[in-house]
Amino acid sequence: MDRLVYVAMSGAKETLRAQASNNHNLANANTNGFRADLSAFQTQNVVGAGLASRAYATSDSAGWDASSGSLDATGRDLDVAIKGPGWIAVQASDGTEAYTRAGDLRVDPSGALLTAAGNTVLGDSGPITVPPYSSIHIGGDGSVSIVPRGQSAMTISTIGRIKLVNPPASELTRGSDGLFRDTSGSEQSSDASVHLMSGTLESSNVNIAETMANMIELARSYEVQVKAMKTAEDTAASSSKLLQSS
Amino acid sequence: MNPALWVAKTGLDAQQTNMAVISNNLANVNTTGFKKSRAVFEDLLYQNVSQVGAATSQNTQAPSGLELGTGVSLVATEKVYTQGNLNQTGNTLDVAINGSGFFQVLMPDGSLAYTRDGSFQTSATGQIVTAAGYAVQPAITIPAGAQSVTIGADGTVQVQLANQTTPSTIGTLQLANFVNPAGLQPNGENMLVESGSSGTAQTGAPGANGLGALQQGYTESSNVDVVEEMVNMIETQRAYEMNTKAIETNDQMLQYLDTNL
Repeated sequence: MDRLVYVAMSGAKETLRAQASNNHNLANANTNGFRADLSAFQTQNVVGAGLASRAYATSDSAGWDASSGSLDATGRDLDVAIKGPGWIAVQASDGTEAYTRAGDLRVDPSGALLTAAGNTVLGDSGPITVPPYSSIHIGGDGSVSIVPRGQSAMTISTIGRIKLVNPPASELTRGSDGLFRDTSGSEQSSDASVHLMSGTLESSNVNIAETMANMIELARSYEVQVKAMKTAEDTAASSSKLLQSS
Repeated sequence: MNPALWVAKTGLDAQQTNMAVISNNLANVNTTGFKKSRAVFEDLLYQNVSQVGAATSQNTQAPSGLELGTGVSLVATEKVYTQGNLNQTGNTLDVAINGSGFFQVLMPDGSLAYTRDGSFQTSATGQIVTAAGYAVQPAITIPAGAQSVTIGADGTVQVQLANQTTPSTIGTLQLANFVNPAGLQPNGENMLVESGSSGTAQTGAPGANGLGALQQGYTESSNVDVVEEMVNMIETQRAYEMNTKAIETNDQMLQYLDTNL
């Protein structure tokens, strides 16, 4: 059988994979701070005897969409969103420093400041611990200030500053837990220009219209690959018929 | 069979649960002291198909790998403790908390539960109880023949007895607070119970130590914002539809494959 069928098969297989990645974006259309996955195809030439006319397709992640999602006002004191570029530093479950854009924070009974996913939020000098408070405020530069429990509203103490970083997109990669890390494995230094907004959350940056259009395109491209496989089958069938009649 | 189908399915599951959370908020729009919940989503684990930074030759590395996402999951439904409106009822035993804190209630099984619903009543013995009949802690009994009951901002309960010139203090209501009120476990009947993530209750007099002051003659309305819930509902419905569309598209792709080969 002609090797055409293998080329078409690699196209169909990788298109299905790209469709899965596209569906992942769609499934996370309502996930706070989610960054859309971008996928791309690469050609992989088939080496060997014969004309160098065949190339397999391999689907590849082309990184992630670095644009900002929309900011939704929630009015909750511990909801923060980053205006423009930047990341919140958290401690991943493996102990490494990771970065996220999802700013729905909470305080656990021991006073640790956590993200909704349960990662400890890092300050400029290690994890942030919040003593018992009667009110809490997170400032634009990430500084966390509280009115300690039992004190008057005049007593405001600043207990730390959330570490905010702003590395170029090329220096970050997404880990298998959905958090972003420095590609070289080192820790980013904090950047004073990153601005936080309290009482807001950043929505997912998935562009729904684009994702839907992408889905249609992938579905059609898949049909084209299947059609090519069908053609390969037909060609093989007619050539064997030709041999039969002789 | 096909990851694309399962990924879209996780999206449907998550939106379905989100809808349940929104419906519960809307259903409780008139529940006294109700605090709205919010669904929190997180992207599921990524499958590492080809490693980023893997050597493509001795001196070069792959600039990007293939990390295939596996969908979305609902990690938590958290309560949002913003203040509800205080509605004047004029009822003597309606008490609202203006600020943070919870009333303590003794449940029939002897455990303590916490509530923001301060529409109290009296039992047959004159004890202050919740609308469901559970005793408010610390127990306060209004003596028979009391002409009026006054509950101060600091929780002091005073009654005016017949034949007396000055009111007499019969007890003090206390409030409890938690390090992480969002960690309290909702138990229905407007009651919340302590959990591992809420921390232990710290009780104190209302109006002191960051606890809210009491307001007699008021109830706290639910903090559900109807417009916000409606917008959330639209968003959820559309996201659900789009995930359905993704499943349909994948189904068509497979069907095409099935009929043509």
